[in-house]
Amino acid sequence: MAHLIAGLIFIPILGALFVSVAPRPYARPVALGSCAITALFSLELWRVFNPALAGLQLVARHDWIPAIGAELHLGVDGLSLLLVLLTSLVFPFALLARELDRAFCALMLLMQAALYGTFTAQNFVLWFLFYEMSLFPGFLLIKIWGGPKRDRAATKFFLYTFLGSVAMLLSFLGIYLVRGTFDFAQLASLGKSGLLGGEARWFAFAGVFLGLAVKVPLFPFHTWLPDAYETAPTGVSMVMTGALSKMGVYGFVRLLLPLFPNEIRIAGPWLLGLAVCSIVFTSLAAWAQTDLKRMVAYLSINHLGYCMLGLFAVASSALIPPNEAQAALSGVFLQVFNHGLTAAALFYFVGLLEERRGARGLEDFGGLMQRTPLLCGWMSVAMFSSLGLPGLNGFVGEFLIFTGSFSLAAGYTAVAVLGLLITAIVFLRAMQALFSGPLATSCATFPDLRARETWVVVPVTLLMFAVGIYPQFICGIFNSTVTGMARLLG
Amino acid sequence: MSNWTAAHLWLIPLLPLAASLAILSLTKKQRAFAAGLAIAGQVLALLLSLAAFGGAIPTPTYRAVHNFVWFTFGEQALRLGFLLDPLASVMLVMITFVSLCIFVFSLGYMAKDENFGRFFAYLSFFSAAMLGVVIANSLLLLFICWELVGLASYLLIGFWIHKPSAAAAAKKAFITTRIGDLGFFLGMIWLYGRSGTLLFYDGGHGALETAGLLSLGGAATSIALLIFCGAVGKSGQFPLHVWLPDAMEGPTPVSALIHAATMVAAGVFLVARVYPIFSLGAIKGVTTSLLVVVWIGVVTALISALIALAQFDIKRILAYSTVSQLGLMMVSLGVGGVAAGIMHLLAHGFFKALLFLGSGSVIHGCDEEQDIRRMGGLRGAMPVTFLTYAVGMMALSGVPLFFAGAWTKEEILHATSLWSVSRLPHFLMLAGVVLTALYMTRQMIYVFFGERRTAPTHAHESSSVMTWPLMVLALCTIAFSLVLTPAWPWLHDFLLGVRPLFNAASLIQPGLFLALVLVAIGIGLGVLIYRGAGERDPFARTAPAVFRFLENRMWLDELYDWTILAFARFAAQLSDFLDRYLWDGLVRLGGEIGRAFGGLTKGFDERAINSGVNDATVFARGIGRLVAARHSGQVQTYLGAIAVGLLALLIFYAWLI
Amino acid sequence: MTLQSLLIVSAALFCIGLLAALSRRHAIFILIGIEMMLAAAGLNFIAFWRFGSQPAPPTGVMITIFAIAIAAAEAAVGLALVIAVYRHYRTTNVDQMNQLKG
Repeated sequence: MAHLIAGLIFIPILGALFVSVAPRPYARPVALGSCAITALFSLELWRVFNPALAGLQLVARHDWIPAIGAELHLGVDGLSLLLVLLTSLVFPFALLARELDRAFCALMLLMQAALYGTFTAQNFVLWFLFYEMSLFPGFLLIKIWGGPKRDRAATKFFLYTFLGSVAMLLSFLGIYLVRGTFDFAQLASLGKSGLLGGEARWFAFAGVFLGLAVKVPLFPFHTWLPDAYETAPTGVSMVMTGALSKMGVYGFVRLLLPLFPNEIRIAGPWLLGLAVCSIVFTSLAAWAQTDLKRMVAYLSINHLGYCMLGLFAVASSALIPPNEAQAALSGVFLQVFNHGLTAAALFYFVGLLEERRGARGLEDFGGLMQRTPLLCGWMSVAMFSSLGLPGLNGFVGEFLIFTGSFSLAAGYTAVAVLGLLITAIVFLRAMQALFSGPLATSCATFPDLRARETWVVVPVTLLMFAVGIYPQFICGIFNSTVTGMARLLG
Repeated sequence: MSNWTAAHLWLIPLLPLAASLAILSLTKKQRAFAAGLAIAGQVLALLLSLAAFGGAIPTPTYRAVHNFVWFTFGEQALRLGFLLDPLASVMLVMITFVSLCIFVFSLGYMAKDENFGRFFAYLSFFSAAMLGVVIANSLLLLFICWELVGLASYLLIGFWIHKPSAAAAAKKAFITTRIGDLGFFLGMIWLYGRSGTLLFYDGGHGALETAGLLSLGGAATSIALLIFCGAVGKSGQFPLHVWLPDAMEGPTPVSALIHAATMVAAGVFLVARVYPIFSLGAIKGVTTSLLVVVWIGVVTALISALIALAQFDIKRILAYSTVSQLGLMMVSLGVGGVAAGIMHLLAHGFFKALLFLGSGSVIHGCDEEQDIRRMGGLRGAMPVTFLTYAVGMMALSGVPLFFAGAWTKEEILHATSLWSVSRLPHFLMLAGVVLTALYMTRQMIYVFFGERRTAPTHAHESSSVMTWPLMVLALCTIAFSLVLTPAWPWLHDFLLGVRPLFNAASLIQPGLFLALVLVAIGIGLGVLIYRGAGERDPFARTAPAVFRFLENRMWLDELYDWTILAFARFAAQLSDFLDRYLWDGLVRLGGEIGRAFGGLTKGFDERAINSGVNDATVFARGIGRLVAARHSGQVQTYLGAIAVGLLALLIFYAWLI
Repeated sequence: MTLQSLLIVSAALFCIGLLAALSRRHAIFILIGIEMMLAAAGLNFIAFWRFGSQPAPPTGVMITIFAIAIAAAEAAVGLALVIAVYRHYRTTNVDQMNQLKG
């Protein structure tokens, strides 16, 4: 069954090759077909995955470059599987978001392969390879198909994340020189007693932290994100927020927490402070935006800030009670999934509005509810999900994160709760501007949801309800992983 | 039957919810079907509630609990549950019954609205959420339904979405209540962290049972106050009361349902529900948290009663009256009169719904006119509305004996008089009674008595589908007083879990006379002042400054606008500015430094390295040119060169030797 | 008769030949100058052989005979070249022959 994972990585690459040689009209069907196959693979992976086990499953391990300790080491645990499922979910919808040409499809599929690889690789060299592999398609997709200011945004995105990656690579090289391994599990087992001694450990920690913090992104390393998301085409924004940003969170869980437990504990107050700043400042900044897409981009940082809060709260407390750690970690994982779903949906909706109006400022719309009730209704669901309304998916994750982190870091959590309020203000303001009031003349000829769009909107929204009402089917995936992780950290 | 209902309590909110979802999937044309679904759902919910209530009556201290696992995280299970106890059962009956009346009223009131079906869907959804709040046996489930209630009120207030003021009011309501909800949320997670459970009752392990309460320790006060924040937001207590009067932008049945009978009562209900946390470690019935509850309630009750005196919008007067009455209930809970507070809540639910529906009927009859200065003399044109409104007014003012409000108010005043901390709330509440009677009299005189003024030339009585609910509610308001009398304090004792005793002697009480005197003063004053009042309010004539202060709602909205909101907006702009210029500026600075280095190395490349290479090539080319110039192509030149070379060799040879 | 007097004659002959080859403009005279230089070289060979250690194999004489033979061949080829050049350029003035210039 281990070949399932390899299949997941190679099918999109094959798909990309096919797309680039196939005649133009076939690009989209081939790309979507590839997505369908990978989705089936992911579901099969879910089926054969045993949720009762905490460790890695379906492991495939082969020598690759023994001289530098690089192995082809793939495997999934609950978190990996969750993210693989999320990736499989987001990509088809992102591909449906716009008319496509061949290169676009091919690059998207490459990015998908990179994501699958990142979420399943268990050796740093392999992981880093995939991690970087996602960067180039991202850069090109923004640079070629982006909106105005795309050159600047793409360069900024690339350089910024690349710089972080270089810092991380250097840190890992240092670790390798001392410890002689790149294997995640081995490194994690060394983490408690300290990977490196003296000043070097702080350099290594800072390097890895920087690389991941840029990727997530965490305040104040987030400034590439609004520009990049703003100019990127809808599908790319969806993928970047839905799946790409999860690489950072995944890295935090997989690398930083197990490898540098002592360092995080010492730096804990600062890290928590950054997470809280991430939550409060970006939601405030979202409030000040008039561009819908930029607003959603800022809120995306805000929501990932909750994940960071939960993780740092768990990792920075001296004695970790297992209950709180489990709550916070479960919350973080749920939030990762929920944010991927909801933020991608929001970008999709903004894309729909932009496509109809040709602009996306708050003041460009008005009274849409009278003209396009379905579009407004479904979009409101996504917005309410994002602002954490109970009954929808956002609430469950946020509740668990806050529950867990409140016991571990009460002061920080109490401030972070402000983010919930500001998010609500931002969304309600947007709803007021878009949906209510008299119908704007510029919107008078808008078509309501088309059939093709309904096929994206309805399943995603139903999934939001499903997770909100019965979160067990998501929690069930990672409960054992969470338990194991809480024990490892505690 | 009763056990079955208790075990299937979740059906009660589920039926309206199902109705709501079903209606949303209908088309706009299927109006009758939509209304039918909603009302059927509500009727069934009412029947189930009655069954549940009936099952709870025979047993004092009845409590049926059904808990279940919602989901597991890590190794832990998050459990929710449903609870049927006297408090829940009476609330169920009141909510379903009042809702049903309001649904029927809406049939007439909304008959001409384009989005008739959507309105009923929202109403049903609201009702479902509210019922969920009542039967929740878990603070989390309560919070979930609580937020859904907030959503429903947002949708309903902003129902006329084309009206910008309605949209703004809806937003304001949602955000203001959410401010309180954040406190609630924090209190909830704190409680969870302390006691490890959010269930109220769980066979001895619940958060409200002895062991759970003990585990709270010193945090109990903070938790209680945080939870109270939620109640302050939802029940429109000072300082978060500002959303409630604005919420009158919604259709009148909405005002009746949400802002009178049910939703705003949720805050009071919440305090009553988690009362053990508030009263934990009480000394003579006083804790810090209860103290806060009392004073917030007192301030709210008085402020809003005063503001109500200077309003001209018929619905806003009622809204401020609601805020005031809610303050009164909070006071009652705070001083220890839980049963009295809840009884007033129930009675208030009936008569305030009656009043709002009555005002709706008036507005409907006067072509959407809401300003009481333009009404007047409607008594003859709308007799049914007038009579039922009068019943509601008397119940609200607390006219003794036959009206529900009087008994409950008297009960509350009695409770405040026994408070051990201070007598001040008692006297202030007595003043509140006078004020209530005064502003209701003012409203009655303005609307129904005197001369006909500007707008309502063809004012008419509403259709029977609207008057029937009025009459039913008016009857209920009167009939309800039967179970409230101190002679047979059935409801009081049911809520407290003791068997009631009949005692005719306690019917005659000094408090009753006191109330009678106060109400008489209030109404008398009102008649005296407002008799023959015209467009200009007599009060405004005698004390214009005070009147303007009250008319503008003590400028609280403006105050918030200039302080908190201005600060928040500034913070938002500042964050954006920092983001664009400081943080991004730092990044750009880094980039610029990189570029500067690039420029430096580029300069070095060009000037030092490149120029060296260039010069070398220039030199080589020069030599080449020089040599090439000597190539004449003539044999003799070459020959000469050979000769010179030979000579040179010779000389070299000679030098060697 | 000493070696020295022979070498002086040969050097003079070489210089005359060189001068002729460098200064004359007519191709035939240049050829004659070259022949004179060759003769000077041959004279040197003979002289060094005659005044070297005796008895010795007649290497100087042999080389000189070869040189004379080559000179004859050269003269023949040279004259033929001059005639071919003359036919092509209608001149034998070497100043006008600069085709060698690259």
